[in-house]
Amino acid sequence: MITQLKNARVFDPAHKKNGVVEDIYISQGRIVAKPSDTIKISTSLDLSGKVVMAGAIDMHSHIGGGKTNIARMLLPEFQASKHYSEPEAHICTPGCSHFATPTSTETGFRYIEMGYTAAFEPALMPVNARQAHLEMCDTPMIDKGAYALLGNDDYFLRMLASQQDQKAINDYVAWILHSTQSIGIKVVNPGGINAFKFNQRRLDLDEKNRHYQVSPRQILQSLSRAVHELGVSKPLHVHCNNLGAAGNFQTTLDTMRASDGIPMHLTHIQFHSYGKEGDKQFSSAAAEIAEALNKNKHITADVGQILFGQTVTASGDSMMQHLNARHANPKKAVLMDIECDAGCGVVPFKYRDQNYVNALQWAIGLELFLSVEDPWRIFLTTDHPNGAPFTSYPHLIRLLMDKSFRNDAFAKLNLDAQAMSNLLSLEREYSLYDIAIMTRAGAAGLIGLKDRGHLGIGAAADITVYTDQADREAMFSKPDYVFKNGELVVKDGKVVKVVWGATHTSKPSFDVSVEKDLSDYFNKYQTMQLANFKINPDEIADDGRGSIVVHSGKHSDETA
Amino acid sequence: MTVANPPIPTSHHTCPACGLLCDDLPLDGLGSISASFSCAKSQRYFSQAATAPSQPASVNGQACDLNTALAAAAKILQNSQQTLFAGLGTDVQGMRAILPLAEKCQATLDHMHSESSVRNTLAMQNSGWQTTTLSEVKNRADLILAIGTDIVSSHPRFFEKLVWNKDSLFNKGTPHVVYLAVDEADTQAGVAPDGTSPTVLAADKKALPAILNSLIAMCNPAYAKSNKAASVAGLSMAALKALLEKIQAANYAVVVWSASELAYPHAELTVQSITQLIAKLNEQTRVAGLSLNSGDGDISVNQTSTWLSGFPIRNRFKHQQVSYDTQHYSTAVQLKSCDALLWVCTFNPKPPPNFAGPSIVIGHPNTQFERPPAVFIPVGVPAVHDSGTVFRMDGSIALQVKKLQASQHPRLFEVINQLAGLMP
Repeated sequence: MITQLKNARVFDPAHKKNGVVEDIYISQGRIVAKPSDTIKISTSLDLSGKVVMAGAIDMHSHIGGGKTNIARMLLPEFQASKHYSEPEAHICTPGCSHFATPTSTETGFRYIEMGYTAAFEPALMPVNARQAHLEMCDTPMIDKGAYALLGNDDYFLRMLASQQDQKAINDYVAWILHSTQSIGIKVVNPGGINAFKFNQRRLDLDEKNRHYQVSPRQILQSLSRAVHELGVSKPLHVHCNNLGAAGNFQTTLDTMRASDGIPMHLTHIQFHSYGKEGDKQFSSAAAEIAEALNKNKHITADVGQILFGQTVTASGDSMMQHLNARHANPKKAVLMDIECDAGCGVVPFKYRDQNYVNALQWAIGLELFLSVEDPWRIFLTTDHPNGAPFTSYPHLIRLLMDKSFRNDAFAKLNLDAQAMSNLLSLEREYSLYDIAIMTRAGAAGLIGLKDRGHLGIGAAADITVYTDQADREAMFSKPDYVFKNGELVVKDGKVVKVVWGATHTSKPSFDVSVEKDLSDYFNKYQTMQLANFKINPDEIADDGRGSIVVHSGKHSDETA
Repeated sequence: MTVANPPIPTSHHTCPACGLLCDDLPLDGLGSISASFSCAKSQRYFSQAATAPSQPASVNGQACDLNTALAAAAKILQNSQQTLFAGLGTDVQGMRAILPLAEKCQATLDHMHSESSVRNTLAMQNSGWQTTTLSEVKNRADLILAIGTDIVSSHPRFFEKLVWNKDSLFNKGTPHVVYLAVDEADTQAGVAPDGTSPTVLAADKKALPAILNSLIAMCNPAYAKSNKAASVAGLSMAALKALLEKIQAANYAVVVWSASELAYPHAELTVQSITQLIAKLNEQTRVAGLSLNSGDGDISVNQTSTWLSGFPIRNRFKHQQVSYDTQHYSTAVQLKSCDALLWVCTFNPKPPPNFAGPSIVIGHPNTQFERPPAVFIPVGVPAVHDSGTVFRMDGSIALQVKKLQASQHPRLFEVINQLAGLMP
């Protein structure tokens, strides 16, 4: 069975193809070379004039696990109004969805309908890994994966406080990747979630946890080194200290410096690019952050753009979400301390374009997108659902690609916020090639998905076909065709076949004797046994829908 | 010289008899837990499954094979215009199967313990809350405030495992226990191993809103000046002040309540007063809430329903939409108007409520009926005859329960899937 996609206008940055017209061949779920003339082509689609890219990859989206489900449970009023399509803000379009808490099933459908074929849960709490995987296994159509949270767990902080060597830390980090079936490691407010349990209310980069006497800087350096030395492709995913606080850009710059040349990914950097200039003591520091990102080639970032309307913020950062709960809309928040592992804070937000801070947050995100020069090191996210639901990506893409659309939107914002932003002076418009880098090739490269995010021979046939339209929001909202592992699953923006994606993991080798001390720790201090903490691969494959893919890391001695 | 019996090794087997999900049970090597194990609730759970008769499926009380029973059940569901799925005593895998069947049947769903759990859900949905989990209690809690519950009736090993533990990460002392609105006679579990008695503030549970709101008000220093009352609901202001100061002085106080113990109208407002007191105290110090669940898979069912349908339980499938109504979709209300009942109850042998129409019961093999239901299909009991996944009371931890002994009983989710396969 060979499927031929004829006359495709290919945007495949991994192979430097920028609108090259060529034919693509698919066999057994993979992209293959042009078969010999004797082999029969079973299906042929003429894609003349159509834009063809690999399936898009969302490298940061809260799609499964405790806090996502708490958000659903907390906000039944959103579920009831999910078919509501009237724009709530002056600059939003009806296509700019305000539906922040889709079910697991809907998450898969909404992603694939937009041409996304994979999404990664960025904050899997190890003790909650089973729930996260249960939800992701109930998410159809797309591939999944997760970054496991470390750095606020008492086990790790004890290791750091007792000055255990890097090798011991590395073994523990690798053990967590295996035990939680994750592909990367994330740290949220390094040390801060833990410090909040000791009643500390803020934690700066060099401020020490009251009990452990270790600083966020030490945590970051230890974890980023572990991830790097283990050869895990995905650099440490960092949610910096001081989320959302005016003046926090300094912490972000200091965090970049603390990386010490080791790759680090700073996530939803928009929420960490705030100055405190001006009458309202809240200003854009996007220029400073972008300049530092341009200079530090080992740092990558995703934006976490906010868009206007109702959403809900779901974060592991219980310390900062406790502060942010003052701004909750509707006025309610769920905050949790969880299992000597981490915590969570779920706070509904309504971003309004006439609110000074919200309007400036919107502008800061776009300033970052447009000022960071290298599209391979900046990624398109709304930190779903924190900045906006992922369904608003087509709207965001139009804002990046269409300067007049962007400037018209800017002109409707709170006037004081307009006065504090340089957005109008930024002329840049993203190209289709840039979009393909950010949402495909770059994302796959960052996570270490070697056979995704590109259209080369041997790649998985995750392919999205769009009609080239001047209205980029319309174009990216509704692809003509989406192929998942070579199967046609979406036609004219509608799902035509239900499939179940795989779960991507990374499993670097480690010294199994690490379990000796861990087992003792679990017996003494935790409330479940170590054997029950670990996620067995069978749990993901048990119903015949899920499967696990293990990615080799940067080291050649990687175990599969 | 006598030789002591060798210690019975602890297994990793998880016990779903209560929301603590203890996974340190000693097994007897014969497919059950050791008779010496101290938890009566756990003993009862395993023995009532082990002694279950190997009865077959039945239709109107007449034994039959599984396919006959399934066909009869499918016919009832097909003829029904308004179906109620109730009981829902099941785990994640069971609920994953039940929801698609509910969609096919356009059914209304309610759990047997919703009357209690809805009190919590409504309070949370109205103003949020600040909570904690079992390992945090074990390692951090230096004060336990139990409101309206003795804790151990529903969660027998709570003190043994989480309060009197010798090992803790931060070398805290033995926690002090305070009971509020609990009878003195029910406070024995709160006596520390060294004999220290708990503080008991006895009061009527129905007076809790007044007591809790007084505590919230007392957090404001101005209140002390303006207050003229000498007591609230029989408790002196001095006693309440002492309680508040005790909480404020603690490093990590944990407030425990059980929604099932607050069995009076609009008790969700009492839960809300508890969570608001916790929120107020957290402005200065660290305090966290912990609600005790009722069991029978209540947390598992709520969680699974939420990620698959968008709503916790008391929801309904109708016209390709899911709706949610914590009052009208209750079993009590729906039994007045529905024309068929599917009762699922796998953890315990609890029969369905009285209902004039046809009942399909898929449940514990030890279930006894006053009047045989239209269809009865006995299925495996989780952690005895069947494996699965169950959520703990604190909602953050899901553990696998494993099959302990061979069983001829089919698995719930397989039965439900077969039934769904018979539906158009």
